[in-house]
Amino acid sequence: MRITTIDQLDALAQQGKASMFPPRTRIAVGTASCGVATGAAEALAAVRDEIDRLGLPIDLRETGCVGFCQMEPMLEVLQPGGPRVLFHQVDARKAREIVRALCADRIPAERALCWIPVDGKAPSFVLPRYDHIPFYAKQEKIVLRNCGLIDPDSLAEYVARDGYRALWRAVVEMTPDEIMAEIERSGLRGRGGAGFPTGRKWRLCRDAPGAEKFVICNADEGDPGAYMDRAVLEGDPHAVLEGMAIGAWAIGASEAYIYVRDEYPLAIRKLERAIADARDAGFLGRRIFGRPFHLNIHIARGGGAFVCGEETSLLQSIEGKAGEPNQRPPFPAQKGLWGKPTNVNNVETWGAIPEIVRRGGDWFAGIGTPGSKGTKVFSLVGKVQNTGLVEVPMGTTLRDIVFDIGGGILGGNKFKAVQTGGPSGGCIPASFLDSPIDFDELARTGSIMGSGGMIVMDDATCMVDVARYFLDFLKEESCGKCVPCREGIERMLEILTRICDGQALDGDLDLLEQLATMTKDFSLCALGGTAPNPVLTTIRYFRDEYEAHIRDRRCPAAVCRALIRYSIRYDECDGCGVCLKTCPTGAIVGENKRPHCFFEDKCIKCGACIELCKVGAIKVA
Amino acid sequence: MAESSFPSVPAILERHDHQEHALIAVLQEIQRTRNWLPPDDLEAVASGLRVPPSRVFGIATFYKAFSLVPRGRHVFQVCVGTACHVRGAQHILDRIAREMRIDPGGTTPDARFTLERVRCLGCCSIAPVLRVGEATHGRLTQHRAAQILKRYP
Repeated sequence: MRITTIDQLDALAQQGKASMFPPRTRIAVGTASCGVATGAAEALAAVRDEIDRLGLPIDLRETGCVGFCQMEPMLEVLQPGGPRVLFHQVDARKAREIVRALCADRIPAERALCWIPVDGKAPSFVLPRYDHIPFYAKQEKIVLRNCGLIDPDSLAEYVARDGYRALWRAVVEMTPDEIMAEIERSGLRGRGGAGFPTGRKWRLCRDAPGAEKFVICNADEGDPGAYMDRAVLEGDPHAVLEGMAIGAWAIGASEAYIYVRDEYPLAIRKLERAIADARDAGFLGRRIFGRPFHLNIHIARGGGAFVCGEETSLLQSIEGKAGEPNQRPPFPAQKGLWGKPTNVNNVETWGAIPEIVRRGGDWFAGIGTPGSKGTKVFSLVGKVQNTGLVEVPMGTTLRDIVFDIGGGILGGNKFKAVQTGGPSGGCIPASFLDSPIDFDELARTGSIMGSGGMIVMDDATCMVDVARYFLDFLKEESCGKCVPCREGIERMLEILTRICDGQALDGDLDLLEQLATMTKDFSLCALGGTAPNPVLTTIRYFRDEYEAHIRDRRCPAAVCRALIRYSIRYDECDGCGVCLKTCPTGAIVGENKRPHCFFEDKCIKCGACIELCKVGAIKVA
Repeated sequence: MAESSFPSVPAILERHDHQEHALIAVLQEIQRTRNWLPPDDLEAVASGLRVPPSRVFGIATFYKAFSLVPRGRHVFQVCVGTACHVRGAQHILDRIAREMRIDPGGTTPDARFTLERVRCLGCCSIAPVLRVGEATHGRLTQHRAAQILKRYP
């Protein structure tokens, strides 16, 4: 049925509420990609099997990711009238035990992580509320508001969470100009990396001459270390569709594309389902809400090219061409897809739009810092205790994110840096831990916000190796169209490889800085223009590490293979023989229960021994 | 070239209305059903869409998702994104390459395995990560990676 009245929308919301809060126990397993990769499918199968075996009246659902990926797989139990109870690290066995406890009319709260209130009711058992555990305490969810709470395949559940209300408001009650003003008032800046004001971008496209216009969602999340877009697409695809529909109405577009990277098959499946359901319900297609507004959303699948995250390359790719960037101006708002005015926004930006329209631009602008409004989703990963997706108000400090939400550094190691902004970003040292994070503050450090990847690095991470890593990435991803990017990156990589190999030449550091400046100044698009950032920031903040490699032929973090040596501490080795069996080159010999001997000339520094040594007797320096 | 179980190139082109801008989608479908892009199919696409073969070849080489050589039954994609890198992805990649006796990018002579490095599978929170087909394996160690190999005959 195509929805054309507010009563019909209310009825669908009621249907969604009935599905989210059934009159019997509901179990939901988080089956987004990260959950599945840690065993969610096995947990789901175990729950299903146990429910069938015991013949229990339990609803079983699948949801997206609640963000605390460290604790995956996650399982939620909801009983009528009770709160949502979240269980963590649920393998098949724990899943069965939870179902059996429920069968005995008991919630095994002692094995749960936290509870999330439904209608504010507190549970009768002792368990922290979700916002009392450090990971969630400082978070504020706008873009991730539904992720992990609803079944992404259920349009009704999305509508029950006020979904498509903003689209109703926009199309039925507001003019495109009023919407534009609301978005401008919100101060929303593009979440894809550059932080361009979204309202202004929309207006440029709306004001551009031409009857045919396009709206695009950039879901080519290519920055390594960032995965918030995947989580939103897999966990709440309708939020993105609704945002795009509002944008299309405001801008005057009737065709839209979502460009999704090839590496995200599950996200594509969720989107396909969501688009079909939204079309059937009349949120897409012809005459939306009975008004003269038509919108088709198509999916374009990427081919595994990082440069296609850059908007002019992305448009080339949708046209079926190689994704090579074009000089701007003309900007896509003037001359975009097939030469028509086109507005490109990132997944997270689109995901924020419905809430801004529903709750008002002033509400959104009340969150964050003067220059950066609202919240930002970060993927907190790397050498940090609690990894996951974190949505915090702009202006939250790095220390709050890494140490409070993230629980500090893995294994009690020392914090060294946070890498933000992907290959276009940089490494931020400890001296900036108390800086409030927003677009402008991050730019001041020499890094950028980027799409929100935050890779935490500790003292066992070599910053020269990290710089070399990013250039190696960019060398493969540079499209080769302009010389400064193609050659500049290649030459910088040569120098960094030399430094990591202990073969540095006199003046290499100066040459590196010169090349970096040249590449930054003369490249055609942002890929080359920002490519030197990882090099420049690591030289700026970690010059001593470069000098140790160059002058002393030493890698202080013990990472660069040419500069490190393995050894066995005989006083710590208990002679268990595990390393000896795993060593691929026979570099370790010894007898059972006697400290083992190590032959350095045979060692290929593969690290297989360290991984298995239980007493930590193998050292690298 | 195409076996009967595959959709033929003309059938794929038909589904995309012989639209030139569907070139990437067409190649993706060929790659998905054949596991690589056979040269005859590329020629058929070029003549079917009335574009120069160089254009088809250009797309097939620009995008990394495409392979111009046959790939193995099990494609191991080792993630070397930043989070995986700082958590030891290089050691995992080296170990798998050693076990398979091929270099990254290569295919074993018995066509059992292809080994690829990919930049970020978006499962950074459970790094290091490996994907085989549609199955993703997280929180890897070298030891576990070597065991996973045995599950794919």
